Amino acid sequence: MNSKALWVVGLSSLLLAACGSLEERPEDVPVEDRGIGAGEVRPADGAEAGGAQLGGEFGAAPLTDPASPLAKRVIYFAFDSSEVTPESRDLIAVHARYLAQNPETSVVLEGHADERGSREYNLALGERRAKAVERLMTLQGVGARQLQVISFGEERPVAFGHDESAWRLNRRVELLYSGY
Amino acid sequence: MNAMKAWLLLCLLLAGTAQARLSIEITQGMEGAMPIAVVPFGWSGPGVPAQDMAAIISADLARSGQFAPLDAQRLPQRPVDGRDVNFNLWRGVGSENLVIGRVELRDGRYQVQFQLFDAVRGVQLAGYTMQADASRLRRVAHQIADIIYQRLTGQRGAFDTHIAYVTVENLEAGKRRFRLEVADADGHNEQVILTSSQPLMSPAWAPDRRRLAYVSFEDGRSMIYVQDIASGQRQKVAEFPGLNSAPEFSPDGQRLALTLSRDGNPEIYVLELAGGKLTRVTQHFGIDTEPVWGADGRSIYFTSDRGGRPQIYRVSLDSAARPQGAPQRVTFEGIYNASPALSPDGKRLAMVHGDGDRFRIAVLELETGTLRVLTDTRLDESPSFAPNGAMLLYATEVGDRGVLEAVSADGRARQRLGLKKGDVREPAWSPFFGE
Repeated sequence: MNSKALWVVGLSSLLLAACGSLEERPEDVPVEDRGIGAGEVRPADGAEAGGAQLGGEFGAAPLTDPASPLAKRVIYFAFDSSEVTPESRDLIAVHARYLAQNPETSVVLEGHADERGSREYNLALGERRAKAVERLMTLQGVGARQLQVISFGEERPVAFGHDESAWRLNRRVELLYSGY
Repeated sequence: MNAMKAWLLLCLLLAGTAQARLSIEITQGMEGAMPIAVVPFGWSGPGVPAQDMAAIISADLARSGQFAPLDAQRLPQRPVDGRDVNFNLWRGVGSENLVIGRVELRDGRYQVQFQLFDAVRGVQLAGYTMQADASRLRRVAHQIADIIYQRLTGQRGAFDTHIAYVTVENLEAGKRRFRLEVADADGHNEQVILTSSQPLMSPAWAPDRRRLAYVSFEDGRSMIYVQDIASGQRQKVAEFPGLNSAPEFSPDGQRLALTLSRDGNPEIYVLELAGGKLTRVTQHFGIDTEPVWGADGRSIYFTSDRGGRPQIYRVSLDSAARPQGAPQRVTFEGIYNASPALSPDGKRLAMVHGDGDRFRIAVLELETGTLRVLTDTRLDESPSFAPNGAMLLYATEVGDRGVLEAVSADGRARQRLGLKKGDVREPAWSPFFGE
């Protein structure tokens, strides 16, 4: 109870500080939603709209908040392809904006492949997928030092079946934020 | 030939050796295999002999697909010395070829004598006496099988060889244990030479068969190590930025061909093991990987998707491993060809051949361009030739488990090597001993 109270106090002061200094960062909303309760700091219904327009879309704890647009951190690919789909481009853009705004934050782009075909070729394919994501992020202003590419090929599947329902989940690039 | 096709389970798990976990099943025998009678060897010494030599020899010969050993009940007599063979008794049993032998224990060493007869003509085709201590008896049996195989087929036997492979054990909480193991070619005498919580890939034998190169992710990404098998000593030989992968020893054992993406994307390089000099072989924005050396060390076959899809290419090298001319495409049939493995005589190229749905092992006759698909499974990987070129070992998926299968070069005989628990993958058949 005590620790929770402290947590609330801590977040509240963070909120107030944020609200006081940077009005373009209504990223406090998700924190309020977690039950700070009284709602006195809640910027009413303008929260989402204001956030999107002002570019502060990421919330106070963007990397741990499941409602954050940054919560999606896996980009999927077609078989033997490292082409980024239009939907994935949007997701990559969200992460790129966050990383560009937070140049001290770094992310590992971990490339993977499904089990079909050659393990060595798949290792190279995983790298090419991760590099495709890296390239898009770099074009959107993310510093090269914030990005690290690693490939595991087909060696680290997340789904263990031997059909497309598993394979589509394994053809992926995972965004692994350092510290998360 | 139904009996031949029946799943003949050869219990090759040695009682008492805790590490022997690989078992071999013959899943498809060969029609027209040559009958051969292998009589249980005689024994003079205390207790029972350390190894059943005739059983090891029979199992070797049967695995090759070329021979059909006679059931023990069908042996008309059980001689252990050539003077005791009554050739008249053997003429009716349907086997021209007869193997007999005996083992004696003398001063702590085993003396093994064997003879191979043409029972129809009543003549000896081969006969040797060999000595060994108890730990080498299995090896002597494989050597005898090699002699018989060579005498009767005209081709060198590959029973006295080894295999390397990776096993994967699933632990609790999604953790896995990877082991790099070496074993005799019949799956016996397994020894773990590396254990890791991170993936291991692509073991490759040095031509002296004393060292293995492989890819390990133990540092968080792929790096190449070379390990001395006997001592366990190892050295990290490639830890460049990006991928370090697909090592393959040159025929002289002095160099490694490998894949590095240090210059931006995967390219083939040659690394001199003494001195570390690196020579870049390929220059293309596509994926170039999986180099394998031509038999003379003056060319490299590799996988590239420079044409849009993975296919196999060949590039010539000068004596300093510099590329000579542009790489030439080698495979044209099928939309996916990767994992090249060159037969020891350099005339055939095995590969993973994808037709869009299945990934099977195929062999390309380089001279004629004839491609032959040898398997009927759908997730085959990593073909590796026996050093005599007569068999191919590869990895596949059976019933949700990774297993190894061996298939004769003509596709007619087939065996499976599997674990009771866990996966086996990434097989590499050793060169002959002493080369």
